[in-house]
Amino acid sequence: MSIAVTINGETRRVPDPATLLDLLAHLGLDPRTVVVELNREIVRRPRLGETRVADGDTIELVHFVGGG
Amino acid sequence: MTGTLSPETVRPDTLADAPLSIGGRQFRSRLMVGTGKYRSNGDMVRAIAASGAEIVTVAVRRVDLDRTKEEGVLYHLSPDRYFLLANTAGCYTADEAVRYARLGREAGFNDFVKLEVIGDRETLLPDTEGLLAATRTLVREGFQVLAYTNDDLITALRLEEAGCAAVMPLASPIGSGLGLINPYSIRTIKRRLSVPVIVDAGVGTASDACLTMEQGVDGILMNTALAEAADPVAMARAMGLAVEAGRLAYLAGRMPRREIAVPSSPTRGMLE
Repeated sequence: MSIAVTINGETRRVPDPATLLDLLAHLGLDPRTVVVELNREIVRRPRLGETRVADGDTIELVHFVGGG
Repeated sequence: MTGTLSPETVRPDTLADAPLSIGGRQFRSRLMVGTGKYRSNGDMVRAIAASGAEIVTVAVRRVDLDRTKEEGVLYHLSPDRYFLLANTAGCYTADEAVRYARLGREAGFNDFVKLEVIGDRETLLPDTEGLLAATRTLVREGFQVLAYTNDDLITALRLEEAGCAAVMPLASPIGSGLGLINPYSIRTIKRRLSVPVIVDAGVGTASDACLTMEQGVDGILMNTALAEAADPVAMARAMGLAVEAGRLAYLAGRMPRREIAVPSSPTRGMLE
């Protein structure tokens, strides 16, 4: 089974059921270096493993890049 | 015969400055540097090390889902070695800046944010109304706000009143390299504020940094001057020295300017 979610502005199909932690693993991202926003709310790291991704969710994955 | 005033009685290290204190944290270096626009990550890492800076700014951006390796700046800069200061660069509204600040804090290093709310795409000058609104929200949420602003005293005073940990007026527009355009305004802001004043943006070369520090400000933040120098590592070292030189010259207190010459050698004792 899979569901459609919007990640960083792109619609993607991801496995279902999945938590945000599963989603990061699926995308090959290290949860220690990425901050997750789910439907405009930040999900703190300890809660990534207990927060389920649902069809239609909007997810932002951000990190630090070079800047002034 | 030797006099009692031997050179050994002056030890340059005893002229050391007090640490810079912002938001309850102490820093030795008064130079802060950005991490953007370097030609390579190697240049960035070496230049930052050569600058002696402790506070290093970073931006919050989306992860590139197709290129997830080695891309984040943390891959190159250890948060154990540097104090990472997240910025809200690229934000044009207070709401957007608050959102970026929260994301930056969640990355987990500290409660500090270099707050930018930009008002115009051509000049990148700050939207002071949005800046004040975002400052109030973030201060309520426990952030230590370092606010990038223009060289306007009234805005600086309001930012201090709103609870900023430091106020950061520009020397000249971001990335312009035009140097310190209005030393008078910067001096006035420094004289009237109690919180640290860090000049942010516009410094182009070492003399700009030195002149800026000679106005008595607490520090300087720069990025492009290092990243776009032909040799970023050499420029970073030059900037570190210039910031220190300017600071020490300010503390030393300069001689008055005179529009006449005054001889340095005695006028008496000349031969007939």
